[in-house]
Amino acid sequence: MNLTLKIWRQKDANDKGKIVDYPVSGISPDMSFLEMLDVLNQELIEKGEEPVAFDHDCREGICGTCSLYINGRAHGPQTKITACQLHMRSFKDGDTIYIEPWRAKAFPVIKDLIVDRSSFDRIQQAGGFISVNTSGNTQDANAIPIEKENADKAFDAATCIGCGACVASCKNSSAMLFVSAKVSQFALLPQGRVEATDRVLNMVKQMDEEGFGNCTNTGACEVECPKGISLENIARMNREYLAASFKG
Amino acid sequence: MSILDSKIPEGPLADKWTKHKNEINLVNPANKRLIDVIIVGTGLAGGSAAATLAELGYNVKSFCFQDSPRRAHSIAAQGGINAAKNYQGDGDSTYRLFYDTVKGGDYRSREANVYRLAEVSTNIIDQCVAQGVPFAREYGGLLDNRSFGGVLVSRTFYAKGQTGQQLLLGAYAAMNRQIGRGKIKMYTRHEMLDVVVVDGKARGIIARNLVTGEIERHSAHAVVIASGGYGNAFYLSTYAMGSNVTAAWKAHKRGAFFGNPCYTQIHPTCIPVSGDHQSKLTLMSESLRNDGRIWVPKHKKDVEAIRNGSLKPTEIAEEDRDYYLERRYPAFGNLVPRDVASRAAKERCDAGYGVNQTGEAVYLDFASAIERYGKEQAYIKGLNVDDKKVVTDLGKKVVENKYGNLFQMYEKIVDQNPYETPMMIYPAVHYTMGGLWVDYNLMTTVPGLYAIGEANFSDHGANRLGASALMQGLADGYFVLPYTIGDYLAHDIRTGPIPTDTKEFDEAENKVRADIDKFINNKGTKSVDYFHKKLGKIMWNKCGMARNEKELKEAITEIATLREEFHKDVFVPGDQNEYNEELAKAGRVADFLELGELFAKDALERNESAGGHFREEYQTESGEALRVKEYQYVSAWEYKGQPSEAVHHKEPLEYENIEVKERSYK
Repeated sequence: MNLTLKIWRQKDANDKGKIVDYPVSGISPDMSFLEMLDVLNQELIEKGEEPVAFDHDCREGICGTCSLYINGRAHGPQTKITACQLHMRSFKDGDTIYIEPWRAKAFPVIKDLIVDRSSFDRIQQAGGFISVNTSGNTQDANAIPIEKENADKAFDAATCIGCGACVASCKNSSAMLFVSAKVSQFALLPQGRVEATDRVLNMVKQMDEEGFGNCTNTGACEVECPKGISLENIARMNREYLAASFKG
Repeated sequence: MSILDSKIPEGPLADKWTKHKNEINLVNPANKRLIDVIIVGTGLAGGSAAATLAELGYNVKSFCFQDSPRRAHSIAAQGGINAAKNYQGDGDSTYRLFYDTVKGGDYRSREANVYRLAEVSTNIIDQCVAQGVPFAREYGGLLDNRSFGGVLVSRTFYAKGQTGQQLLLGAYAAMNRQIGRGKIKMYTRHEMLDVVVVDGKARGIIARNLVTGEIERHSAHAVVIASGGYGNAFYLSTYAMGSNVTAAWKAHKRGAFFGNPCYTQIHPTCIPVSGDHQSKLTLMSESLRNDGRIWVPKHKKDVEAIRNGSLKPTEIAEEDRDYYLERRYPAFGNLVPRDVASRAAKERCDAGYGVNQTGEAVYLDFASAIERYGKEQAYIKGLNVDDKKVVTDLGKKVVENKYGNLFQMYEKIVDQNPYETPMMIYPAVHYTMGGLWVDYNLMTTVPGLYAIGEANFSDHGANRLGASALMQGLADGYFVLPYTIGDYLAHDIRTGPIPTDTKEFDEAENKVRADIDKFINNKGTKSVDYFHKKLGKIMWNKCGMARNEKELKEAITEIATLREEFHKDVFVPGDQNEYNEELAKAGRVADFLELGELFAKDALERNESAGGHFREEYQTESGEALRVKEYQYVSAWEYKGQPSEAVHHKEPLEYENIEVKERSYK
């Protein structure tokens, strides 16, 4: 396949940045999208030019590092996968492909397609945990039975990979899906209920301080989430938040 | 007498750990505040250690090269975590987990370490549940288990095919709590480039900020390496792209012995290589072998027909299939350990029975599981168990619930539906049992320098059993290191902060800067990947699933030549004071090129087959690994300037509580 890539190049956080055209040829439909970028980068290196910087690591859709906005969609045209799981067979010979970084105030660009998502970490540090010591002197794991339905829902929420596609897809750059996934996971488990009030208040406060936008229930986040995290979690977080505000 | 002191406590096996904990030095809480610890890596081992040491009161500095500690490659572990809970009442016990692990490791691991691992395994599950890790549960609300290779009980706890993710996010959450309290200072997008040794003790590191390129000095009273394994020496592997040996290798160059470098796990069930463009291989969890049956056609004509596309695997009759694991190993069948399953796949493919274009793939088939589960569900629901469509639909549902994400992953990569046609799989590099040599306290041969998780060599011998890596990582980080490090740090309560403006830090920093400058100014003609791929080919062809003296000797020469060529001709674009992935990669590949040679040297020295190390010269008549009694030791290599000059030390292994016998899964 022969393609025209239109890629966002930005030297560093202070640079203005622009779209640069790169033709690539001889692309196999069996390549992953990132392997296609590897081909381009090898060509650039051979020409003595600087390769395109993009974030990637596990290349199997679980670490949440890759973060490409492809033809106007987070992680590209397919649903429920990350950019590293996207294969070139999803494109046609002769296609033009736009590749940009996540765009959000809370995700400043570091270089080219790489953004700084440490705001996500800070939200988790504000309350995304259960305050038990890790000494192992807890009760037996089976001491509290947990309804399978709740355990399964908690698991579904917990599969969030923290990639930021929800924020990138949201017209308001809201992080509600990301935050609600963690709030929900713990709200659904007896171990997490103990600190539920403080958790939701602290995490939402941090989310607002980081400069993420508000949720207007458009639902783009759910559509673009590579792990299929449900909007139900946002509804659950809103209930938790309301209850906590009265209590708090 | 070996110069290696494993410091295994005296006394009966079952009492060693308790006795040791009772006798070692403790640091009182007020003094812990005066002590700094550096931890490199934030996977299961590094993350859990950071959280626990911070909680105990130490000042922790954590480093990872990723943009967040949550992205360490433990996140990709799929199948599960072992623990001797015996919730299933199927005969499990601490002793049995210990026994299975020592046998699984082909009698090449330390008894005392493995027993301790089995002992603390149950605490891990309690701990993780308390942290809110959503393990799979049964309808009664209790935890579910499944089976893994090489054992006859169900002791594996899991969270669908994402157990590593859930456990890592648990450790990450525990870290976040301590980061929020200011007890862990987190350095993301930082790479450790050297260990600083002062008066014989590890006292700090030199790290590079990967965003700005700044070279930083960090001091501490102890340094913990938790940087994972070195399988990326093979270029293609199931590791993350960034996984590297640099931290461990720099530690080795500063005096830490490297243990059993040739012990590598080649995992039997990975998606086969499809072309030269490939950058990594994807694992299909071992848990699939609970329900999937592995086979190749019995007849060459069917193999031909499949390769030229005129026959589909589903069209081959039962009697024309060779379920070779069930045939060769009736007792364990598809659930033999990984080394055995991988070699058996290679044997069939080498004999010409591989089922894809490259001839390097076998089938992993779920048809009979779908039928079995479907009939069970139809019966429960009172439906017709002879209605094929009803049964298949119900069966697919059950399989989807168990392995849905893995099936989806397979379909995305291969573009085939594994519910309809068998998966194609082939072995791939997955884990390294070798690593920095450590004593019972997890300390390397450099005082104050520790290695935990996959980065050390200690618990898995020559082959790791499935679902044991997560167990070891968390055992080391949550339950072992937090005790043993105190014994050492108790002597440091009056030391005060370690200064960084000393000649040792100067020397280490200058060396790091010189290496970086050299890469930037080299202006060669070939990319880093060019050399990495070449190294990978040598490693896979000559140090892979089957090794022999001739090829290992060739590998040693070829790697040394390639290394020379690399330093002469590598081209690194950009400069050092910016985000520069090629520069980071160049440093990592330089270290793989040194490690690779030591790896081959170690494999050549070990004139026997054991676990994942299979020397063609040493096999039984039926093609199984043939251990040799005189090699019942750990090889620990001391750095002497060049891999070729590394000095070999031996730590003899003694088995007092387990009988060393032929490792049979028949």
